Amino acid sequence: MSDRTRLVGWAVLLAVLAMAPLFISSGRWIDFLEMTLFVAVLGQGWNILGGYGGQYSFGHAVFFGTGAYIQALLQFKFGWSPWITLWFAVGGAALVGSFVGYLSFRYGLRGSYFALITLAFSEAFHVLSRSFPAITEGGRGVQLPLNQDAAQAISSFQFNFAGPFLSAYGFYYTIFALLVLAYAVTWWMEHSRFGAQLVAVRENEEAAEALGIDAFRVKLGAICLSAAISASAGVYYVQKYLFIEPGIAYGPAKSVEALFAPIIGGLGTVIGPLLGSFFIHGVGEMTKDMIGQVLADRPGVDLILFGVILICVLAFLPRGLAGLLEALWKRIAAGRNA
Amino acid sequence: MLEIRSLCKSFGGLTAVSNASLDVPEGKIVSLIGPNGAGKTTLFALISGFLKPDEGSVIFDGIDITGRRPHGICQQGLVRTFQVVRPFASLSVRENIAVGAHTRIAKRAHALEKATEVAATLGMEGMLEQPAGALTIAGRKRLELARALATGPKMLLLDEVMAGLNATEIREIVDVVRGIADRGVSIFLIEHVMQAVMSLSDYTYVLNHGAMIAEGAPRDVTREPQVIEAYLGHGAAARIAAMEAKSDA
Amino acid sequence: MDFFGIDIPSYGWQTVLGSAISGVFLGSIYALVALGLTLIYGVLHIINFAHGALLMLAMYAVFYLWHFFGIDPYLAMLIVVPGGFLFGYGLQRMVIGKASHGKDEIILLVTLGVSIVIENAALFFFSATERSVRVPYDLDGIDLGVTFVVYPELAALGGSLLVTLALWLFMSRTDTGKAIRAVARERQGARLVGINVDHIFAVTFGIGTACVAVAASLLVPTYAVHPQVGYLFVLIAFTVVVLGGMGSFVGALVGGFLIGITEQLGRLYMGESLGVITISVIFIVVLLFRPTGLFGQRSG
Repeated sequence: MSDRTRLVGWAVLLAVLAMAPLFISSGRWIDFLEMTLFVAVLGQGWNILGGYGGQYSFGHAVFFGTGAYIQALLQFKFGWSPWITLWFAVGGAALVGSFVGYLSFRYGLRGSYFALITLAFSEAFHVLSRSFPAITEGGRGVQLPLNQDAAQAISSFQFNFAGPFLSAYGFYYTIFALLVLAYAVTWWMEHSRFGAQLVAVRENEEAAEALGIDAFRVKLGAICLSAAISASAGVYYVQKYLFIEPGIAYGPAKSVEALFAPIIGGLGTVIGPLLGSFFIHGVGEMTKDMIGQVLADRPGVDLILFGVILICVLAFLPRGLAGLLEALWKRIAAGRNA
Repeated sequence: MLEIRSLCKSFGGLTAVSNASLDVPEGKIVSLIGPNGAGKTTLFALISGFLKPDEGSVIFDGIDITGRRPHGICQQGLVRTFQVVRPFASLSVRENIAVGAHTRIAKRAHALEKATEVAATLGMEGMLEQPAGALTIAGRKRLELARALATGPKMLLLDEVMAGLNATEIREIVDVVRGIADRGVSIFLIEHVMQAVMSLSDYTYVLNHGAMIAEGAPRDVTREPQVIEAYLGHGAAARIAAMEAKSDA
Repeated sequence: MDFFGIDIPSYGWQTVLGSAISGVFLGSIYALVALGLTLIYGVLHIINFAHGALLMLAMYAVFYLWHFFGIDPYLAMLIVVPGGFLFGYGLQRMVIGKASHGKDEIILLVTLGVSIVIENAALFFFSATERSVRVPYDLDGIDLGVTFVVYPELAALGGSLLVTLALWLFMSRTDTGKAIRAVARERQGARLVGINVDHIFAVTFGIGTACVAVAASLLVPTYAVHPQVGYLFVLIAFTVVVLGGMGSFVGALVGGFLIGITEQLGRLYMGESLGVITISVIFIVVLLFRPTGLFGQRSG
């Protein structure tokens, strides 16, 4: 599939997503799309480090949670504007990324050891956030005050009490904008020297070094970028729900969500996390419809399904849904030329 | 171009390289031969930064690069290939070579162009879109060479580039290597395939048990008794001389 | 004592010793869980992420055997341990082995997937309510002066020492044990001498699960069961294995005790909430500076 074809595809896809609110009046489906796009952004962050970089992190919540906490705390404690705090949130998470990356890569941790150490870091942050209420409000969590003045909706980055359009679609377009940004950055990276070097390091680190690539710097760059993107999802989360606490920020749920989407959708591709997110959330919705409301409301249903899908994809579709689509496209193209 | 002085490396009690010294003049092809386990690849690893020498120095193009990290040494213009080839398996041939090109080229499009050019000089135009993992051994060796060449090196360290190739493939690679040298790239190669050593190199060093036991023009060096004994065992030189004397008589 | 605004209390030596002793008992459970994990790593060279979920499943099995049939948790071992072995055998042979195609990075993700499925299936079927077992002896014990040791804790210590011994004897004296060691050291070579490597992998996984089943029986009298309990143990078990050395039984024991003691002392000096950070810190420090652990060999 040529770059031009892919760009055209993206233009169409993004246009459809941009115009979706015009065609969808059901709040439930807008929520569905928002949730899907949220995981798609969170997952793209993971994808940069895991898919392109080949370093699987099992503790990506550490970046999401740090972004969310900085976003919430700077508003909560100092009353700063959310449009300013978001830069600190993303930057702060990137700093945490460089810290984790520096330690891990300096000491040559790879594969399972790297996955485990990221898990340890997210657990450590989990405990820390719970244990220092003076700084983080501890287990109580941070509750941001609700803005009910429509005139202040944009400046307070809260759309629940905005005008009719913003209150229905404000957050949808927020996550959509973050998606466009994150995916544009990923596309740029894929077509840059940095991306080529990152992928080379993933494929064979020693060969990459022999060809002049400083593997340590490249991996460090990747983990910082990865952290920043996942943190942006944390910023959205805080603005939408106005609440964050240690379990949500640093618990295993976000770490698992972050890796599901890119693995199922296709590691190391731009569209992977989006495809994966659509797939798992779509299947989740269908299952809920099929097994009925009573069973569907019980916790755990979604994740059983996602876990099984993960195992199946790993077993049968190593290149994910994107790989499947690529193979189909080749068949169609070959059929046309024949 | 490359000066090695008294390089030493031990692993625990085992001495891998002891007091190795050699020179590779600019624009020349120099070879390193010796029986298996002599320490040739270890020497390459020491020169190219993958191992730190215990003692000794490596001077490349007038600059002391002893113990520097491999990527820095590559940036200086000294690039090595690996005996056991390491392709970037899921990338295409073109993308593989482009990684090498990116050492000096920042723009993606230019790197891909350079990759195509380099592939052409090595006769690989037909394979550009193939995934590197699908290539034959000969193809992978050629890819390894192409990648190293794409970095725009001043000198190449080629580690057994002919291993596993048949006679035709060997002849092709020999021509390719000669072509690279003609373009001004200095070459230091480890080789077991004697026809390549003879036809390519201007000068040869022989390594055995980590120490240099002989050096000189390839034809002369292979006649020296200690070299024959290194390959064929103790007393072999005397036996061969005796056989030759008998057949002359 | 003031440390960055945190009050570090000072305690008499009796309190500290009492804490340390309870750490030893806690550590013996950790050691038992880690034993299975280190065995699986030593032989299959995989980090079994599903280990905690298997512990949780075994704990539920012990609980329901008590709840529905009134079977004492310790006696339940007779059912749960063979059951655990069979479950582990099947899991490795039919799911993990098949899905991984032998690639290391994939195996890690597959065991993660398995752990997610098991944990959420438990959540779905058993709900998040904590379950506890009441046995007549769970409050009786021995008074050591510095601390009171209840019988279940003693059983835990005894159990883990016995299991370690049994495992060591099995590995060194039986044919299967030797086959396992052969596969651990040299996979291809073992295959060449006719050892069915897939079967050995599955047996090893089964034994690891059986160890976890023993730990479950020993835990249930004093620990509440809920779907997340496995996740809590996973990081601790990994820390023990990494500290003790991948593939070393002695390491798992010693590591378990060290972690148990450190955790209890951490709780004593830094409070319930912050105390557990000692585990993450130890894990990170060991991984960075001494990844082979105290007794481990260089992993393949």
